[in-house]
Amino acid sequence: MQCYGFIGLKHTITHNAALFLTLSGRSSKGNMAAGVLTGVRQVLRGPRLVSAVFSCHGQTFSSAAAAPDTAAAEKILNFPLTQPDYFRLSELFTLKDLFEARVHLGHKKGCRHRLMEPYLFGSRLDTDIIDLEQTAEHLQRALNFTAHVAYRGGIILFVSRRRQFGHLIETTARECGEYAHTRYWKGGLLTNASIQYSPGVRLPDLILFFSTLNNVFQQHVGIRDAAKMNIPTVGIVDSNCNPSLITYPVPGNDDTPVAMEMYCRLFKMTINRAKDKRRQMELLKGISASV
Amino acid sequence: MVPQLPLRQIYVASSLWKKNLAAAGPQKFTQEFIDKQVEEFEVGKRHLANMMGEDPETFTQEDIDRSIAYLFPSGLFEKRARPVMKHPEEIFPKQTAIQWDAEGRPFHFLFYTGKQSYYSLLHDVYEKILYMRLIQLMELLLSMPYCSLEEEFILKFRKQLEVQSSKYEIPALQYDPQGVAFSVADGRRKSAKASITLRDSGSGNITINGRNYLHYFPVLQNREQLMFPLLFVGMMGRFDIEGSVEGSGHSAQAGALRLAISRALLSFVSEGEVEKMRQAGLLTADPRIRERKKPGQEGARKKFTWKKR
Repeated sequence: MQCYGFIGLKHTITHNAALFLTLSGRSSKGNMAAGVLTGVRQVLRGPRLVSAVFSCHGQTFSSAAAAPDTAAAEKILNFPLTQPDYFRLSELFTLKDLFEARVHLGHKKGCRHRLMEPYLFGSRLDTDIIDLEQTAEHLQRALNFTAHVAYRGGIILFVSRRRQFGHLIETTARECGEYAHTRYWKGGLLTNASIQYSPGVRLPDLILFFSTLNNVFQQHVGIRDAAKMNIPTVGIVDSNCNPSLITYPVPGNDDTPVAMEMYCRLFKMTINRAKDKRRQMELLKGISASV
Repeated sequence: MVPQLPLRQIYVASSLWKKNLAAAGPQKFTQEFIDKQVEEFEVGKRHLANMMGEDPETFTQEDIDRSIAYLFPSGLFEKRARPVMKHPEEIFPKQTAIQWDAEGRPFHFLFYTGKQSYYSLLHDVYEKILYMRLIQLMELLLSMPYCSLEEEFILKFRKQLEVQSSKYEIPALQYDPQGVAFSVADGRRKSAKASITLRDSGSGNITINGRNYLHYFPVLQNREQLMFPLLFVGMMGRFDIEGSVEGSGHSAQAGALRLAISRALLSFVSEGEVEKMRQAGLLTADPRIRERKKPGQEGARKKFTWKKR
């Protein structure tokens, strides 16, 4: 019944079908990638819908991936999800570090965005002050999510349109082994990907915005496109930004070099930690399987 | 029994379900297809060689072309319409290599920008510019009034250069039969050539072209020009100057003589004094010459009368 419903959807609503197609098998030969991605989707959707999704996969795609074969492989993927802070990211930063990196400084009162008011203490001498306790919470959640995505081998894209920090962000991305886009954002990069790149391209699984505004102080096009393509976003929102479409907003300063260097350092450390952990688990699995 | 819902036919114009052929772009071939074509080509080449009675091992592309032209004679004028047998690499359009690995992760870290080679070039150039910016900032620091406070820090990045004035060739100090020291030097200014002999332990007489300098240069300014080098080093009454000059006008001759005197003085003076003379501009030859007249103008700069109408 449910499968029938999905097929009906596929014919009438073409855009959403394109979304679903990209969601479930973003590469044309969706073997391991689809398996990994269904894992991510499971996390986001909840356990109840898993069976429905798999049965529909069986119906609509002949080349769909088989479910993760052995119990060990499933354990590797699911075990970190059982604990709140599996990668121990709370030891990476303290409230004092955030304060010393001047993360609490926002823009002037006149530049304030209405939706940022819950995250601000108020203004002092006309400058907005961001609530660092909320920032710490949000940052912890964002780093945790990034770590889990990196652990499962997801593609992470670092985006920022600030010319001051473009080089720093590109270098950080290169050192993590992830991807960066600090240049002019062409129209259909995410929404028209099969034509902009090649047909079988795999889109990023997470987009990190180090500054959500572009050079003309409008919201970056990537936020809206990622929301359209169901790609989760993490964004550093300053007091003049709109946090509504971002999945994991982190209220904080995006103008000072100290603050940006701190963010870059934190994200690099989380991603490297997560990847090292994954390699460790794979090795352990290899050892236990051979034994 | 599940009640059947009445199915409604949705009528859609045929233009919507016809495939847009132009939008698909050039036809793409898979790598396996091309590999199969290459195999078939090789086999076909050997068959052709056997047919023509030639050796399959040494059958080149020209032989193939010749054989095909012989076996399939064509009267068509357009060469590209005639039957052709070439390697598949030349016939099928080139496929761009896949830019990502088995898991779908792109190789290049700037893949998602679209123009990865261009932006990676910009990224590398930026690193070079950072170095030039560093140099600019150091220069700025040095231009500040109290920069001597940070001298230690600055000297970490600076190397001491040799003094520029050591590049001047000092005329050799020669000695008279009487033991009097003298030096000879030349100078030029604006097509005036001068030659000077500076004799030591004199009384300050200046002879130019056989005449006293008072007669030769009635104008005060020219005499001042002659005296200035000696005044600067403070050896006014010590030398006897004997000079010859020719060409140009009186001012230029005076300038040429001044340069010649300064150069001659180099051999009588210490290193520090040489640097001071260089900084005073005594040792620099004046490069100014007469500017040429241009066509369409009265002179070098003067234009003809401008009439509005």
